[in-house]
Amino acid sequence: MSDPITQAGAPAPRSGDDKPRPGMSERSIGVLGDRKKARLDELARASSADRGGISLVRDAVRRLRRNPVAIVGATIVGLFILVAIFAPLIAPHDPVARFDELTKNLTVDSIPGASSEFPLGSDPLGRDFLSRMIYGARQTLFVGVLATLIGLALGVLIGAIAGAFGGWVDVVLMRLTDVMLALPSLLLAITLVAMASRSSQWTVIFAVAIVNVPIFARLLRGSMLAQRESDHVLAARALGVKERNIVLRHMLPNSLTAVIVQATLTFAVAILDAAALSFLGLGDPDINRAEWGLMLGVDGQRYFEVRPELAYYPALAIVVVALGFTLLGEAMREAIDPKNRR
Amino acid sequence: MSLLDVRDLSVVFQRRGERPFTAVDKVSFTVEPGQTVGLVGESGCGKSVTSLAIMGLLPKRGNKVTGEVLFEGTDLLKLRPDDMRDRRGREISMIFQDPLSSLNPVIPIGIQVAEVLERHQGRDRKQALRESRELLDAVGIPDPQRRLSEYPHQISGGMRQRALIAIALACKPRLLIADEPTTALDVTIQAQILTLLKQLVDETGTALVMITHDLGVVAGLCDTVNVLYGGKVVERARRHELFAHARHPYTHGLLNSVPRLDSPRGERLHAIRGSVSDNIPWAEGCAFAPRCDNVVDACLEGPPPLEPTATGGDLRCNNPVSEEVAVR
Repeated sequence: MSDPITQAGAPAPRSGDDKPRPGMSERSIGVLGDRKKARLDELARASSADRGGISLVRDAVRRLRRNPVAIVGATIVGLFILVAIFAPLIAPHDPVARFDELTKNLTVDSIPGASSEFPLGSDPLGRDFLSRMIYGARQTLFVGVLATLIGLALGVLIGAIAGAFGGWVDVVLMRLTDVMLALPSLLLAITLVAMASRSSQWTVIFAVAIVNVPIFARLLRGSMLAQRESDHVLAARALGVKERNIVLRHMLPNSLTAVIVQATLTFAVAILDAAALSFLGLGDPDINRAEWGLMLGVDGQRYFEVRPELAYYPALAIVVVALGFTLLGEAMREAIDPKNRR
Repeated sequence: MSLLDVRDLSVVFQRRGERPFTAVDKVSFTVEPGQTVGLVGESGCGKSVTSLAIMGLLPKRGNKVTGEVLFEGTDLLKLRPDDMRDRRGREISMIFQDPLSSLNPVIPIGIQVAEVLERHQGRDRKQALRESRELLDAVGIPDPQRRLSEYPHQISGGMRQRALIAIALACKPRLLIADEPTTALDVTIQAQILTLLKQLVDETGTALVMITHDLGVVAGLCDTVNVLYGGKVVERARRHELFAHARHPYTHGLLNSVPRLDSPRGERLHAIRGSVSDNIPWAEGCAFAPRCDNVVDACLEGPPPLEPTATGGDLRCNNPVSEEVAVR
């Protein structure tokens, strides 16, 4: 119950409201006393939690912990992030190096399979497949996070401007997002990548980000408009709070929850879109870069009859990670939804 | 000079393709410094719209506000939006009905109190927070230091309304408009909040406009009472006059419909027959005529004028309740 996840400036740990806590003297009485004090603190927190008055975040976290779907999703996401961060420690080999032991066995219709030194065998260029898979997590995380963050930032900017100003600004911005929403997302992403003169990792990231902008913008604009009508915004106006502060302090923070949840869901889509672009050959042209979509699209497809594992493993990795983020995102959406509170 | 002098204030809501609706119809009243004035009436009689019009908080589109709202001689309706914004919260404050939804749910109480001080008094965050603690203490919130960092959903309804009062009075405004401040609270808390308001208003010399449908609130608090019906003032009187000798049949009906402990067992509760929607436009006659027991022919021929009474109030009625029967 003593959960470390609290927002910045979150309330001090609540002790029992009016109930005096027994044995809570300030002077410590050795280790045993300290431990007892800690236990009492914990109990006090637990009992106050049962009496309501829990912050939205803490309540949501509690709800998430009870939800098996959330736990599965969080585990997948957690493992994925760990693998991505510690890729250099986990990977047995350099993902770029070509090994003589592997290259000398490469022929048109055979690619070396698993051996004790190379658990997943070789890729078509004689590099260690397992290491490339592990480094691929890193690349996927990088692309997913950046694409989501850029999309989130632009979407929040547009949505906030539309929701804050209303009127013709709102109309113009929302018609623009309508145009973007009218195109199927992958088609739009392909168009954007094709428009770039030279494709690189960044074109993929930007294309995927921009595809997600209208979704965020719409979502935020909607809840900003709802906030505009709310009593506390009227109350803030009645206090003479400046319009800028009303938007930034009163409307925006209250509208962000939906957007944050959407971001987790978008993350899964971003990974899939980036993989799809790589698969279609519109991704990063650097053959040294290990990327799941690229591995699936180029190597996996081309050598599918020789060694189908080259396609299976990246595909499986993409599916599982996307599933993890979707599960976590859905569970978060449910947990934060005020209709589900208590 | 009166602190607030509302003259012929009208608010007409108009949407394209629809008939205009007059929510407030030439309402005039004054508030002297330090005085408590009540605006009383049932739902839909224009109480809240009046207060929002005074504050300049009605939506920009879809309505037309005419008349004058003189605050210390300045017409608030003619002020530039920026100037009006500078006055709101500093010279005129407002308390709303529902304390939970009037507080920002994602910001701690302390910051919300401090925000006003920072905005109007140019305090920095640290000093504003220190003053906020004193303000919370002054409105009777226990353990104010801890409340500063708590969120609105963590404190009780009465405490939320206290916090709102603290916010409204933070800059020591000269006029406070309270729009049904006790409606969302249970009865025991209502009494506490009213006592607190009365005490603070007395201490700081703030004038109070109390908007309510609760005659009990009026009885305990207001010096002068304006009774509104259908957007017009129908009776204005000093508190004791009003309760002792309500002249307008509507006011009379309202007072009679308050359940009494000393009424005989088995007696039915009194009610004003009909509902607010059974009215006629003021232009054609008295809006209350269809529900009135004292209706005479003149009531349907044109709007009765608001005329001064012998006791120093004003009355808009052709056939008022006679003083003898006024007290049941």
